[in-house]
Amino acid sequence: MSNVATAPLLRVANLNKSYGTGLGSRNRTQILRDVSFELRRGQTLGLVGESGSGKSTTAACVMGLTAVDSGLIEFDGVDLTSLSKPEMRRMRKRIQMVFQDPNGSLDPRFTVADLVEEPLIIHGVSGTAERSRRVEEVLDRVGITLKQAQRYPFAFSGGQRQRIAIARALVLNPDLVVLDEPVSALDVSIQAQVLNLLSDLQDELGLTYLFIVHDLAVARLMSHHIAVMNSGQIVEAGTSADVFDNTTHPYTRALLDAVPGARRRAKALAAAGTAVAMEGK
Amino acid sequence: MSHTNALPFPSRSMARDGIPDQAPVLSVNGLTTSFYTASGTVHAVRDVSFDLYKRQRLAIVGESGSGKSALAMSLVGLVPPPGRIVGGSVKLGGTELVGLDDAGISKIRGRDIGLVFQDPMAALDPLKTIGTQFVETIRVHQDVSAKVARRMACELLAEVGVNDPGRRIADYPHQYSGGMRQRVLIAMAIANDPAVVIADEPTTALDVTTQAQVLDLLAKICDERGNALVMITHNLGIVEELCDSVNVMYAGRFVESSSTRSLFGAPAHPYSKALLDCVIDPATAKRGALPAIPGSPPDLSVDEPGCPFVSRCPIGRDELRCATERPEARTLAGGAVVRCHFASDTPGDAA
Repeated sequence: MSNVATAPLLRVANLNKSYGTGLGSRNRTQILRDVSFELRRGQTLGLVGESGSGKSTTAACVMGLTAVDSGLIEFDGVDLTSLSKPEMRRMRKRIQMVFQDPNGSLDPRFTVADLVEEPLIIHGVSGTAERSRRVEEVLDRVGITLKQAQRYPFAFSGGQRQRIAIARALVLNPDLVVLDEPVSALDVSIQAQVLNLLSDLQDELGLTYLFIVHDLAVARLMSHHIAVMNSGQIVEAGTSADVFDNTTHPYTRALLDAVPGARRRAKALAAAGTAVAMEGK
Repeated sequence: MSHTNALPFPSRSMARDGIPDQAPVLSVNGLTTSFYTASGTVHAVRDVSFDLYKRQRLAIVGESGSGKSALAMSLVGLVPPPGRIVGGSVKLGGTELVGLDDAGISKIRGRDIGLVFQDPMAALDPLKTIGTQFVETIRVHQDVSAKVARRMACELLAEVGVNDPGRRIADYPHQYSGGMRQRVLIAMAIANDPAVVIADEPTTALDVTTQAQVLDLLAKICDERGNALVMITHNLGIVEELCDSVNVMYAGRFVESSSTRSLFGAPAHPYSKALLDCVIDPATAKRGALPAIPGSPPDLSVDEPGCPFVSRCPIGRDELRCATERPEARTLAGGAVVRCHFASDTPGDAA
């Protein structure tokens, strides 16, 4: 079993993806160029970059939601690109996803309990008792009571809805969870609650996260490793501390410098430093 | 005091200190807006008052559901039904805007008050070229020929950084990128030289690098043209960077009004403090232990007797007074106006 601990859970190598554009798809637009990364079990890889950089396409490829042109996506030793549709469907039990907008990902006509149970039915978990046991357990983990779960999504706040979406992803006991901007639709006071929950769940259940995020402070906080994407390529990768403290790529620098408040704080710090130095004289 | 010299923008804060000598360009008093829905009355804006001066950059910061967008709509007479302004006054120069009919407010909106919205694609007509829409915006308010208006539009587009405006003006909105569309909207907002520009989450839909460019542009335009800016946002980083004074909105009311410097240095209201604590500081934040505000914002259809923040408040939760008596606005020694029974402007004392 030693190789389980050392081998990456997810290995993506030289992934390429293009879309046909223009009349009759006569032009190809290259979305991903030779994207490669590894993600170890129990860890978080933060995929950062601006819109159009290819981070969501990377997630879609890993989820098997879109076909790749070339490259390897190896999940727990199995090349996902070689799987047939039914095989991929079975595999997806172990790879789940949480989307940005819980309003869009939760069907308003289902009660919360039914929404969380649905993945179990889809993946053929039989026995009503067994299913309700697992639903209750996962709801309890995200802080929703069974009584609350008899209500419909509209009765919940944005933060609670995202908790429900997380419960829905976790009810199948997945190994890998792809988080696509899970807190960017939430208010700042609620963001922290959901980020704390995601950290706790990772520690308790040993989950592996592929975390797509544009907020660099969130990326740094949540991720063990960071990959910075720009125009479909990974331009800088490394541990969180490496990428943020010893930034080498100018694009990463530009991203960090553009955060509102950061620019002004940097100026204020520099000025305060000068003032302190002068007082010290 | 030696540290005043270390302020990032001493000139601007000095200018603001000198401001009250002039008359405000926009004066809001006791503004109250409610939405009359089938499931009850939503009191979105409750007794809001503020003055805005020339060159001032004022932030209105709050979370979703705090009433900040309803406030913006109330300022320009765009409150959608079933909402309406039920009380108070909005004075622009000497003109009272509350109670004006559609024709009256339409003359002012776009001419004396420029608007920049969050989603530029929704604010622009996809079926018309930028030029057509721009010329229309100018000619509604100014008696100029289409040819002159088009030339003015080109100059404004150049001013906001659109390259080759003579050619780009013939393009449709979808041919512009998100950041460029927002630049176009800013150009349109300033086209008739308004005294006040209201920007409602203008960069929320943009990437961080584009956002920085658009914020720089807004700052530059307001500095050069001298118009006042009302910046409505949930992003405290934007407030800190762009604005010189700030109103923190919670449950339809301003709970703290102060200078940006004082808010970020020593927030007086427990909600302001909690909100600032939620901003992730990469240097000190600990994974799994981020400060969060417990609970969720109050339901605006209930007009509670006490402080609306009481159930989430770290300092007043157990106080009977907080639950039963609504805090009135009071001015602290440092100049901040706060609605809290227990707020103090000595840092550390409030807790």
